[in-house]
Amino acid sequence: MGSILRFRKLCFIEPTLRSCESFETQKDDRKQEKRQRIDEHKNKNMRQRRRGLRCLDSCFWFIGCMVTTWWLLLFLHHCLPANLGFKGPEPPGVRLKKEGLTPLHPVVLVPGIVTGGLELWEGRPCAEGLFRKRVWGGSFTEILKRPLCWLEHLSLDDETGLDPPGIRLRPVPGLVGADYFAPGYFVWAVLIENLARIGYEGKNMYMAAYDWRLSFQNTEVRDQSLSRLKINIELMYVTNGNKKVVVVPHSMGVIYFLHFLKWVEAAPPMGGGGGPGWCAKHIKAIMNIGPAFLGVPKAVSGILSAEGKDVAFIRAVAPGLLDSEVLGLQTLERLMGVSRTWDSVVSLLPKGGDAIWGDLDSSPEDGHKCDLETKSYFQMSSKENSSGNEDKRPVFHMNQQTRYGRMISFGKTASEQHSSKLPTVAQMELMHANRVSNSSATCRDVWTEYGKISRTSIQEVADNKAYTAGTLIDLLRFVAPKMMQRAEVQFSHGLAADLDDPKYAHYKYWSNPLETKLPDAPDMEIYSLYGVGIPTERSYIYKLSPSDKCNSIPFRIDSSAEGKGGQGCLRGGVYFVDGDESIPVLSAGFMCAKGWRGKTRFNPSGSATYIREFRHKPPASLLEGRGAESGGHVDIMGNVALIEDILRVAAGASGAEIGGDRIYSDILEMSDRVNIKL
Amino acid sequence: MSLLRRRKRPEDDGGPQSVEDDTDDKKGKSGKKAGKKRRRNGYTCVDNCCWLVGCICTTWWLLLFLYNTMPASFPQYVTEKITGPLPDPPGVKCVKEGLEPKHPVVFVPGIVTGGLELWEGHECAEGLFRKRLWGGTFGEIYRRPSCWLQHMSLDNETGLDPDGIRVRPVSGLVAADYFAPGYFVWAVLIANLARVGYEEKNMYMAAYDWRLSFQNTEVRDKTLSRIKRNIELMVEINDGQKAVIIPHSMGVLYFLHFMKWVEAPAPMGGGGGPDWCAKHIKAVMNIGGPLLGAPKALSGLFSAEAKDVAFARGIAPGVLDSDVFHIQTLQHIMRMSRTWDSTMSMIPKGGETIWGGLDWSPEEGYLPSNKTHENIHNSFCKDNESDSKACEARQINYGRIVSFGRDVAETHSSNLERVDFRGAVKGKNLANSTCLDVWTEYHEMGFSGIKAIAEYKAYTAGDLVDLLEFVAPKMMERGNTHFSHGLAENLDDPKYAHYKYWSNALETKLPNAPDMEIYSLYGVGIQTERSYVYKLAPTAECYIPFQIDNTAGDTDEHVCLKDGVYTVDGDETVPALSAGFMCAKGWRGKTRFNPSGIKTYIREYDHNPPSNFLEGRGTQSGAHVDIMGNFQLIEDVIRVAAGASGEQLGGDRVYTDIFKWSDKINIKL
Repeated sequence: MGSILRFRKLCFIEPTLRSCESFETQKDDRKQEKRQRIDEHKNKNMRQRRRGLRCLDSCFWFIGCMVTTWWLLLFLHHCLPANLGFKGPEPPGVRLKKEGLTPLHPVVLVPGIVTGGLELWEGRPCAEGLFRKRVWGGSFTEILKRPLCWLEHLSLDDETGLDPPGIRLRPVPGLVGADYFAPGYFVWAVLIENLARIGYEGKNMYMAAYDWRLSFQNTEVRDQSLSRLKINIELMYVTNGNKKVVVVPHSMGVIYFLHFLKWVEAAPPMGGGGGPGWCAKHIKAIMNIGPAFLGVPKAVSGILSAEGKDVAFIRAVAPGLLDSEVLGLQTLERLMGVSRTWDSVVSLLPKGGDAIWGDLDSSPEDGHKCDLETKSYFQMSSKENSSGNEDKRPVFHMNQQTRYGRMISFGKTASEQHSSKLPTVAQMELMHANRVSNSSATCRDVWTEYGKISRTSIQEVADNKAYTAGTLIDLLRFVAPKMMQRAEVQFSHGLAADLDDPKYAHYKYWSNPLETKLPDAPDMEIYSLYGVGIPTERSYIYKLSPSDKCNSIPFRIDSSAEGKGGQGCLRGGVYFVDGDESIPVLSAGFMCAKGWRGKTRFNPSGSATYIREFRHKPPASLLEGRGAESGGHVDIMGNVALIEDILRVAAGASGAEIGGDRIYSDILEMSDRVNIKL
Repeated sequence: MSLLRRRKRPEDDGGPQSVEDDTDDKKGKSGKKAGKKRRRNGYTCVDNCCWLVGCICTTWWLLLFLYNTMPASFPQYVTEKITGPLPDPPGVKCVKEGLEPKHPVVFVPGIVTGGLELWEGHECAEGLFRKRLWGGTFGEIYRRPSCWLQHMSLDNETGLDPDGIRVRPVSGLVAADYFAPGYFVWAVLIANLARVGYEEKNMYMAAYDWRLSFQNTEVRDKTLSRIKRNIELMVEINDGQKAVIIPHSMGVLYFLHFMKWVEAPAPMGGGGGPDWCAKHIKAVMNIGGPLLGAPKALSGLFSAEAKDVAFARGIAPGVLDSDVFHIQTLQHIMRMSRTWDSTMSMIPKGGETIWGGLDWSPEEGYLPSNKTHENIHNSFCKDNESDSKACEARQINYGRIVSFGRDVAETHSSNLERVDFRGAVKGKNLANSTCLDVWTEYHEMGFSGIKAIAEYKAYTAGDLVDLLEFVAPKMMERGNTHFSHGLAENLDDPKYAHYKYWSNALETKLPNAPDMEIYSLYGVGIQTERSYVYKLAPTAECYIPFQIDNTAGDTDEHVCLKDGVYTVDGDETVPALSAGFMCAKGWRGKTRFNPSGIKTYIREYDHNPPSNFLEGRGTQSGAHVDIMGNFQLIEDVIRVAAGASGEQLGGDRVYTDIFKWSDKINIKL
C-alpha cells in the first residue's frame, strides 16, 4: 500500500518523469509504434507490471467513485421530504378513521409457522455472542457465517421433540416477534400499523408468539404459551371494559388457536381449566387468515423430499444454493434432518383422508379449470368477451381428467391411469415387512432417516405407484418412522365417526377440526379469509432419484412431467388447483363452507361462519412492493380489503354487516362433492 | 462517463481506437496535447479524491472483514493477557454451585431508562411509527429537535397525552435492557440470570411510561393491572413459587405504589384483596431506590440542572451546558420535563424531620473524602485531629437544600434575615414578544416574584414544596393530586387511603405480608448532590432566572462544596440516607410503617472505579445505573431468586454510617 502511495506522489511532484508520464497519460499511436520496435519483450514485462499497478489503482478509483456517488445519493435521499411526489393510496386505517371507527374489541394476533422470530437463550460454544439475538427471523446473517452451528441450534431433540440438552431457543415475545420476518419483508406490520391508525396500541393488541417448531401441546409444556395466551386474553377483556376479543390467526396459527379453544375449556392437568363458557365469554370472532384447517399438500412434499416452498422457507433465503445439483452440498438433506425434528410440520399434513381429499379416482376438485393465471385476467379485463372461451374449455377438460386424489404418484402414467390398472399391493403389509435397516457402514452420520432404509424397500414404495391422502400417512410412517412416532402422539389426521367417543378428549385431536366440536359459543363468529387465484400445489408426481450417495433423498419431484402443450394442471411434476399459493381452497374454505355451516355435529352450538375470499391481483408496478391486492399466502396480510374487514370487525361490526360471504372460487361446489356426515 | 472512458483506455492499448480518437487525430497534435494536459490537471483533483476515498474504503472493508472473521473470544483473550484472568461472571459462578431458577423475577425499570415508542404522531414525525423516540440511538433529536420535544411532552393540564400524539412504553425485556446501544441497564443482570436458567417465562419486565404519574399509567395504559396479571401468571406457571421483584431507581417508588394499589378495593385500586402481596411476593430487592426522594430531582425541576433526571443533557453535554450557544435548549428541556408528573415523585419527602432543618441535618459532620476505605472512618471530624478545626469552623448545613449565596449557606440561622415569599405578589407577565414560543412558568412570575424567592435565602426540605408551588404553580397543581411529600402523623387517618400517598414510604403502611423480605441494595462511596448554592442568573428575562452558583467551591482536598453543590455519600444520584433510611430504621422490626414486621436488609456496595478502560463500566461500580453491572449485586440477586433468604446472604452489609444517621432522625415509629 505504501509503495503505491509513494509512487502516486512522485507522479504529481515530477510530472515530467518519463515513467510516470507513460503511466499516467495515454500514449498516442506514434509512441506506441516506436516502443514496439525497441524491445518487445522488455516492454511486455514492464507493461505487465504496470498493468498490475494500474489495475489496482483504477480499482481504488472506481470504488471511490462509487462510494462517493452512493453517499451523495444517500445524502440527497435523506434531505428529501419523506413523501416526495409519490403519494400512495390512502391506507385503509386512515380512511376508516375518517369514517369514525374507534377501537372497541381488543385484538389478538396468532402468527403461523416460520414467520415468528426465535432467539437464543442458551447455546453451544459455537454460538457465542448470539445471546438474545435472533437466530430465526431478522437478517439471517448467521446462516452464512456458521451454517452448521445454526442448523444445530434450530434442531429439536429427536426423541422428545423438545430442546436438545444445552440449547434453548425461545420465541421472541411481543409485536416485534412477527411484524417483519426479515428486514423489509412484512408479515403483520401492515395490519398493526392500520390498527394503530384507528387507535389500537399495546394495551389492546397482543401478539401470541409461540415456538412454531414445537407441537402445540408442547408449547404449553415447555413455555406455558397457552396459559400466557389465556391470561392475556382475560387481561385484555378486563382492562378494555369487558369487551370480547377478536382473534386473528394466520396459517398454522389457525389450527394452533383451534387447539387453544379446546385446551382452554378442558379440565386442568391436560387443559387450561377455563370452564365450558370461557370461549363464549371472551371471544367475539376468530378471523382466520389463510387457514390450513384441513392441512396442506405442500407439507407432504416437504416431509418426503424437503421440496415444499413455504414449509421449508429456508430455501427462499438461498434458492440457488439449495437447488443446484452441481454443488451437491447435501444442503437439502441437512435441512430435512432439521425440519423433521419439528413436530409442528406434522400438524399440517392433509386431514380427513380420502373422504376429504379424494380417492384414487375422484376428488372434490374434479373438473377444475387449470388456466388460473389467464382466468383471472380474462375475468378482470374482458368479462363479456370471455363467453367464446368458455365454450372451448369443457371439451378440453373432458379429455384430461385430473386425479387430484392421488397425492403422490410415482411416474406420470401412474397419475393418469384408471385405478383398476394400478398394481394392487397390500400396502400395510409392505410397510411393516421391509423395515429392516441395512444401511451401509460408509455413512458416518445420518441426518435423515432415509439412511436407514434399504434401497430395495424404497423401490417397493415406488412400485406401489399411487398414494391418496389416507395411505399417505402410512407412507410417511414408513419413510420417517421416528418423526411420525413422535408426532402421532401430538396430532391426529383422521375423520371422526362419532365425536362423542371419549377418546376425543385427548389433546392430540384438538387441532383437527374434523375430530373436535367447536366450543359452545353461539355468538362467536368464525371467518375464513383467504386468497384465491394463484395456482397451488395439490398433488405430486415423484420419481426415484438417481444418486445413491449417503444420506441422499431417494425421492424427487419429477419436474420433467408436464401437462399437454405446456398447459393444464400439471406443471413441473406438480398438479395445481386454485388457492393462495400454499393452501388449496378446499382446505381453507371447507370447514366454513360446509363442515361448520349451520348446526352440525362439528359445530353443535351453531356459531356463525363466513367465507371471505380475496382474488389475487399481482402488483401493477414495482413501486407497489408486494401489492395492496395480493392473495398470496403471506402477502395477503397487506391486502387492503382484508385489512378493512378486520378493522371493521374489531371496531364492532358483525359478519353480516361487512357483507357476509364473498366468494370467487368454486368452494361451494367442491364442498358439495365432499360427502361426510354432518 | 467520459471520466470512465478516459481511465479505461490505456488498458486496451492494442485494441481498436474509438471514433472519438479518430476525429481528434485530425486536429493539430500540439493543440491536442495542450488540451489534454489542461483536462488532466482538472481531473487529477477529483481523480485523486476518488482514489483516496476508494483506498480508505477498501482498507476499511478489509479491516472490517478481518474483524468479523476474528474469533469472538479474541477481545477477552487480549483483556486477560493485560489484566490477568477475569473473575467468573456471577451467573457462571452460581451455575457451578448448582443454583437453579426457582422464583420468577420481575424487573421494574426506573425513570428515563425505559424506551418509549411512537404510536401516533403529528406530520413532522412521519415514518417513526413504532420507532423508539426515547432510548436507542436518539437519532431523531438531531434531525428534528423541535418535533421530538413536542412528541415527548405531555399535556400541561392533564399530564396525559396531548391531542394527536400517542407515545407508549416499549414492552418486553427489550424495553430497558440497553438504554442506548452499548449502554447497558438491565442487560447484564438478564444475561446472568439466563446463565442460571432463567428465560422469558420466568422473567418479566414491568415496563411503564415513566413520564406519567403512577396512577395515570393505570388510567391510560392499564399498566398496573398488567403487572398484577403478569405476576399472577408467573406465579401460576412456575408451580406457585412467589415472585422476586427487582425495582430500580424510581421503579422502587412505582412498586411501592403498586403494592398499595393491588390490595386496595376496586375502583381506585386493583382489588387483589388484603393478602395479595403475601401470596405473590417473596422479596422486593430495591436497587438504588430514592425512597425518600433525591435532591437532584429538585434542582432538575427548579432550574433543569440535574444530571440524571434530565438525562438528555448527558447526550449532548457540550451544547446544553455551554454559555456560548445558549440557544434556550435548557428552557425547552425544562418545559418538556415539567410536563412529566413522575419527576415530582422524587422531590425530597418527609420535610425537616428527615432532611434536616436550618441548623442540623442527619449527615452533619460527614466530610466527603477522597475515597479509600480508611478515610471513610476519618471523615468524621472528631476522629481526625488535624482536620477538626477546619471542620468545626465550617459546619455544613446540609439541611438548607437551597441557599442563595454561599454566605447564606454557611452562617448560623440566627444571622439569617428571611423575608417570606409565600405572600409575595408576582410581577407582570413577561412572556411577551421577546421570548416567543419558549414558555416556562418563570415568565409569569415577574421580577418581584423572583426577587421574593431570592430573599427567603435558605430553604429546607419543608419549604421546598411551597417553593415549587410558587415557582411552578401549574405543575405542582397537577403533581399534588398525584403525589404527597409529607410525613404522616397518624397512619390510620382515612385520608391515607387516597392513591396520592401510596408512593410515599412515610405515609403508607407496608402490606400485611410477614414472610416478605425487603432489600435495599445501593452503591456508596461516590459524592452525591445533597444541597445547592444558587444565584440569580444575570439575564432574567427569557432565561431561567436561577442557576447553581458554580463558582462557589473549595480548593481544599476534603471538598465539602464543589461547583455550588454540597455532596454527601451516595451513588451519585441518590444519597445513602434516602436509599437506606427506611430499611435501616423506618421499616426495621415492627413499626407503624411496617405493622406486620417484614424483614429488611441493607446491602451496600462500595464503589470501585474500573481500573482500566477495557473493563468498560466496571464490575464493582456503585454508581446509580452502573451498579446494575456490579458482580456482587448480581450474585445477591441470583441467590435470592434461587431461593436464598436474607440471612443466608449474610444479612446487612454496611459501609456508611447509615445507622448513625438514622439514629439522629427523630420520628415516631
